[in-house]
Order: sequence, then C-alpha cells, then structure tokens
Amino acid sequence: MAAWQNLVNFLGPDLTRIVVGLVGVLALVQVNALFLVWLERKVAAHIQLRIGPKEVGPFGILQTIVDGIKLVSKELITPRHVDRKLFMLAPIAVFLPVLVSFVVIPFSERLIIRDMNVGLLLIFAFSTFNVLAVLVGGWASNNKYSLLGAVRAVAQNVAYEIPLLLTVLSVVMWSNSLQMSEIVASQSKVWNVFWMPVAALIYLICATAETNRAPFDIPEAESELVAGFHTEYSGMRFALFFLAEYSNMLIVAAVATTLFFGGWKSFPGLGFLPVPGWIWFFAKTYVLIFVAMWVRWTFPRLRFDQLMNFCWKIMIPVALLHLIVYAGVIKIIN
Amino acid sequence: MANEFLEPITEQTFYLNMGPQHPSTHGVLRLFLKLDGEYIVEADPIIGYGHRGHEKMAESHLYEQFLPNTSRMDYLAGLILNHGYVAAVEKMVGIEVPPRAEYIRVICAELNRISSHLLWFGTYVMDLGGFTPFLYSFDDRENILDILDRVSGSRLTYSYCRFGGVARDVDDEFITATQQFVERLRSRWDDYHNLVTKNVIFIHRAKDVGVINRELAMRFGCTGPILRAAGVPYDVRKAEPYSVYSELDFEIPTGSKGDALDRYIVRLQEMEQSLRIIEQALERLPDGAIKAAVPHKVRPPRGDYYFAVESARGAVGFYIVSDGTSYPYRLKARVPSYGNLQVLTEVLPGTLVADTISILGSIDIVVPEVDR
Amino acid sequence: MSLEGLKEELSKVVEPGDMVPREYEKDGCLLEIKARAGQVESVAKAAREADCFLESITAVDFTNGPQVIYQFNSCTSISRVLVRVQLSRGESVVSIGSIYDAALWYEREVFELFGIRFDNHPDLRRLLLPEDADFYPLLKDYGKVHAFRSTEDIYGE
Repeated sequence: MAAWQNLVNFLGPDLTRIVVGLVGVLALVQVNALFLVWLERKVAAHIQLRIGPKEVGPFGILQTIVDGIKLVSKELITPRHVDRKLFMLAPIAVFLPVLVSFVVIPFSERLIIRDMNVGLLLIFAFSTFNVLAVLVGGWASNNKYSLLGAVRAVAQNVAYEIPLLLTVLSVVMWSNSLQMSEIVASQSKVWNVFWMPVAALIYLICATAETNRAPFDIPEAESELVAGFHTEYSGMRFALFFLAEYSNMLIVAAVATTLFFGGWKSFPGLGFLPVPGWIWFFAKTYVLIFVAMWVRWTFPRLRFDQLMNFCWKIMIPVALLHLIVYAGVIKIIN
Repeated sequence: MANEFLEPITEQTFYLNMGPQHPSTHGVLRLFLKLDGEYIVEADPIIGYGHRGHEKMAESHLYEQFLPNTSRMDYLAGLILNHGYVAAVEKMVGIEVPPRAEYIRVICAELNRISSHLLWFGTYVMDLGGFTPFLYSFDDRENILDILDRVSGSRLTYSYCRFGGVARDVDDEFITATQQFVERLRSRWDDYHNLVTKNVIFIHRAKDVGVINRELAMRFGCTGPILRAAGVPYDVRKAEPYSVYSELDFEIPTGSKGDALDRYIVRLQEMEQSLRIIEQALERLPDGAIKAAVPHKVRPPRGDYYFAVESARGAVGFYIVSDGTSYPYRLKARVPSYGNLQVLTEVLPGTLVADTISILGSIDIVVPEVDR
Repeated sequence: MSLEGLKEELSKVVEPGDMVPREYEKDGCLLEIKARAGQVESVAKAAREADCFLESITAVDFTNGPQVIYQFNSCTSISRVLVRVQLSRGESVVSIGSIYDAALWYEREVFELFGIRFDNHPDLRRLLLPEDADFYPLLKDYGKVHAFRSTEDIYGE
C-alpha cells in the first residue's frame, strides 16, 4: 500500500520537478556549450596575439550558432568497415551521462533538481561512462589512430580517477556526508580551498586529465594522432563529442566549486551584496574554466608515459599522504 | 630503458603509416612504422612524393633559367640556395663580385636563415602541443618577409641573386627596417626563453630524446645543427669561408649531447649569431656597384666544380659538370636534409610514437629539398 | 685529419698516378681520384680511417658509359676528395653501405636515376620515383637534354 502511494506521490510533484529540471539542464548545457566555444576561441586568440571571431554578432558571440548550423548540414559519413551500431552509439553514450550528472549540482540554496544523499557518488559514477564511450568510439572506428587514441584515453582516465577520488574523500571527511548541499553547508565558516589547498590543486589537475584537456589531451592529440578517437567522426556526431567535452568541463568545474570554493556562498565578507547564490556559483565556475583554458594555450603536451608516471609516482602518493594527514587534522579539530 | 621492451615476448607488431598527409610531418613525408604497442620497432621514411626532377631540368635550361629552381628546392632558405648556385657559377667563370653585392647577399642570407629558424621554432613547439609560440614567431617572421619582399619582390621563393651581384640595390629604408628588426628580435629572446625553454613540460619532451651523437652523425653524413649539437663545430661559413664571412666575427654554437634539447638551443643561439652578422654587415656596407658586367649567357669552361654554402639545415653543395656551352651538362644539388632524414632509420627504433614527433621536429627537415 | 693524412691513407690503395691534385679556389675540391669499380670499397675504407664523412654520391652519363662520383669531406679541415669511377652501361659497383650508412640512400638514388646496380646493397629499391617506374630518367637518352657527350669532350681524356 505504501509502495502504491509512493508511486502516486512520485508521479505528481516529483516527476514534474524532474522533468522541468531536465529541460532546464538541457537548455543550460546548450547555452553553456555556445558560450564556452566562443570563450575558448576568444581566449586562445588573445593569448596568441590575434582577435578571434568578430564578424557574426557583437564580438562574434553568434559564431557558435553558425558553426552548429554548418555541422548539422554536413553529411554523416560512416566508413565502410566500422561496427555500425557501436559507431553510432559512441557519441550518444558520451553525451547522455553528462546530463544525468547535472541533476545533483547545487546551483543555489534551493536550485537542485534532486538533492540525493549520495549526490557526489552519482557524479563520479556517471563520469566513468565517458571512458567507456571513448573506448567504444575508438574501437568501432576501425582505424589505428583512433584505437591508439582510445587506448590512451582509457589508461589516462582510469589512472587519474584515483587521486581525484582520494582528495575528494578528504573533503567528504570534513563534511561528513556525500550530499552536495551538506558539503556546501560545511563550508559556512571558511571555504575548503583555504585550508586544503593541496587537495584543490590535485583535484584541478586530475579534473583536467579526466576531461582530456591540455596538457593532458593526448587522446585527441592533433599533431600525433590526427584527431585521436574522434578521427572518423564528422558532422553532428563530431559536434556531440565536442558538446560532451564542454559539458564535462562545466560539470567538473561545478563540482570543484561545490567542493572547494564554497558553492553558491558569497565571498567571505561580501555577503551583504544583493547578489543571488547562483550568480556566485556560475561566476566561480567560469573563472575556473577560464583558468583551464589559459593553461591549455600555454603549455605543450606531456608525453604519454611521462603522464602516467606523473600520476602513479607523484599524484597518488601525495593524495594518499594528504588523506592521512587531514584525517588526523580533522580528528584533532573535532 | 626502452630497449627492454623490445625483447619479443609475443610477436604482436602492427604497421602504422604516418602517412603523406599528417599534421606534423612537415611536407609530404611518409614514415612507415612497425609498432609494438607504442614502441617503434622499425622505421622507414618513404620519400619522393614531391620529386619534380630539378636535376633533369637543369640539363635543358640555361644557367640563368635554372636560377628560380634553386629557391624552390628548399623554399625556407631560398636565398641561401640562390647564393650557393650563383657563387658556384661565378667561380667557374671567374667573375669578380663587387663588395657591396657581397655584403647585401650576406645580409639577406642571414635574414633568410633567421626566418627559417623562426618557422622551425614555431612548428616544433606546435607539434608538441603548445600552440601559442607559433603565432609569436610568425609575427617576428612577418617583419623579415616584408623586408625581403621590399628588396627582392617575393616573400618566400626568392630569385634575388644574379651572376655577378644582386638584382636590385637596397635603399636606406631597407637598412633602417633591418636595424629595427634586429633590435626587436633581440627583445623577444626573453619571451621565448621564459615561455618555452624554461618550461618543464617542454624540457621533458626534448631532453634525452633522439640522441644523435658524433659517431652516428658522421656515419650518416648529417651536417648543420644536428652535427653541431653533437659537439662538432663544423660550419661551412667557418670551414670553407665564402663571400665575406671571413671578414665578419661570429661564433659557432655547439651542444654536447646531441639530444633534441641541444638541437633546439643550438638553433636559438644560431639566430643570435646571425643577428650579430647582420649588424656587422650593415655597419660595413660599402658603396659601389651591385653587379659586375657579365656576358648575356654565361659559358663556364669545361670541367666539374663544387661549391658549398651553409643553409639553415646544413651544408648545401652544388656540383656542376660543364661542357663549355651555356647549358649545364649535369647539376647535382647536395642537400643536407637527405642525410638528416636518413638518420631516422637508426634513431627511431626503441622510442615511443610521441617521441617520433619530437625527433622529427627537432631535426628540421624540409621535404621538397629531399625530393628535389 | 689533415689532407696529408688522407693522401697517405689513399696512397695505400690507389696508384699515385690516379691521384690528381685540384685547385680548391676554382674547383671546390682538393684532390681527385680516378678509381676502378673494384677499388671503391678500399678507397671508402681509407677515407673512413681518415675520419672523413661521405658528402654525396652522384653519377653523370656519358657516351662511353656512366661515371659514379663519390665525395668525401672532413669536419676538421678542408679535404674534399672526389673519387671518379668510370663504368660502362650495365656494369655494377660494390655498395659501400657497410662502411658508410649514408651511402645507402645515395646509392638507391643513383640506381633509380641511372640504372647502375650496387652489389651487396641490403635494400636496393627506388627512393624518389614510384615503385613501378621502369625508366631511368637522368640517362641522357631519356627526355629532353641539351647534349650527350663523352668524357673526352669534357675532361679531355
């Protein structure tokens, strides 16, 4: 009887909430991709002493829309000897899990689609799908370059998840919960980044590796592997990979904001400003994304074995040490 | 360390074509690689995609008509090859070049060398993943191309030298523009060193990668920055001085180990030395004629002749066999990228695919020069 | 090693009459050696002993047969040596690829452009031309040339 009632309750307000939320998330993801592609091109251009897009719309803002129209109008080429089902599945599989991860991000005090008590776990669980989809895409392309790119992507992502999770554990130990709103609430006195700077640094490095951004962008290393795992994809399928990459960047930056930078809380001392929480949230997130782009256009790429050495020999020991030390510190504080 | 992986536990090698169309093999070069996972077991460069038959063309063209061909062979150092060809024929015939023309040739050749090295610098770092220095070095390079454009009429493939001198005189605008360029490039060294040379990631990609030591370089006949990075101070401008290089004061930068980082540093230092040469030549530029009186169709005496110059990539030589008419009987262009490319068959096995890009970039090959 | 040292090494394998000094200022080389096809390997070994590197291998086609020209030079002092080997059409030369690795590609190029075969070459396939080319372009009876002469017309002997 209770189960029946739960179902009816679910079909009412909860379902509406989820549907509205997902539509909002879809809109957010599209607008974000639009904005981030433009931002990336402008940042790259100004670092390289150029101007970047300036024709379409004021400051070239509408450039991405026009590019999207171009990509949609392109022929979807499927090479002959690919595994058709997997080939078509890969871009979709790369994009969908990202949407799910948005369900638990706390944009503001009340703007969470579903405040699960295992919210953080959900995000990390769904981000691993990215690896699977990349591998499927590279394998199904029937192309040695794609295969090399996919294999490298798997090794890199799997390796860098370990220090990522270890540092996140330190934060979770402090907040005593995996629930995203609780984590934000635990930073009411001081943001985590101020007293756990090493954790923030490790998280940001691992996050750059997880999203395959430079200097860890070997899976899509243009100059070595033509285009890595998405060599054979053209048109809208390629656009989906791109979309997924930028959405991933947003998720990862949003999680960093929540875990270390106080989420939707205002800067300590500036609480009197009439700025709503979600503006603070997005400001912090986009500053982090800007820093990631800055890094991308400044540094060359690491060689693959150096990348793996860096992870196994430096990141993981530091993350473990950090965990142990901060376990002690938190015990002492409490 | 890499050699331990080469012991065949299972024969699971596969062939990968770094094909003629690839973003980082600059030019149409095909590297046929036999890979074991990520390690290279065998490497075979396949060339010839750009073979245009310059040497055959020389046999049916007048000496004057062949002059534009020379700068198409190595288009990045076109003026230097022009100079070499023209000086070879002048030696055969016995033409005296007026000193003003010699100094102008030296200034333009050194500007050409700097522009070739700047392009190499940009593309090398771009191959390694750092996209930004490419645009900075091209910004500097535009200045050189504008200066040379003003005096010779072309930006890349010049035919500026003539038998007996140069085609057109340089004016005060040229001299001021070159002096300004020299100052401007000097102020950029800090930028380049801070952005690239001191970058930890770049050092990791270039240090101890692709070591070509003295013995290997001598076996394969490598010349130029590769030989100098291996520790051998061999530069045709000092070993067989031609034109007015014996009157100018400059050093030959050498490395010690012969890895990619050494080659990188040698080239950057060479650019600085070229700036020194340009400064001195501008100071000493004499007045006078820019071209000696030369018969309409030169007719070198019978016999064979060889002349070597130092191009951005190594020692370039022109071997001309003349039968007394105004058409060459045989013309052979000895190009440095030939030996430099061949060294890959020995250096690549045992390295990773990612290192291939670094090694290929640091060797600085221009494929049309190899193909002729 | 200086030019004297190189001369000494070479005089062990070549008769003094075949070593012709040349004017460096005019010709660009210091020494010219007329060798026979069988002497090529020992000359190359002598140059190796004298610490020279192989600068280039090329060939010229004459009416009395093609002539292969080896060029050695040293890094320490000017000692450019031209070694000339007159062959007849169809004759082959021993490859010096085992002594100088640089020779491997030069010999492939001479083979594909002139048709001169090099014995004991590990991998004598075409370098610049397509694999299925069946012509030798730089021979004087192929394509457009201005003249086809004999060695006497050019060198006087």
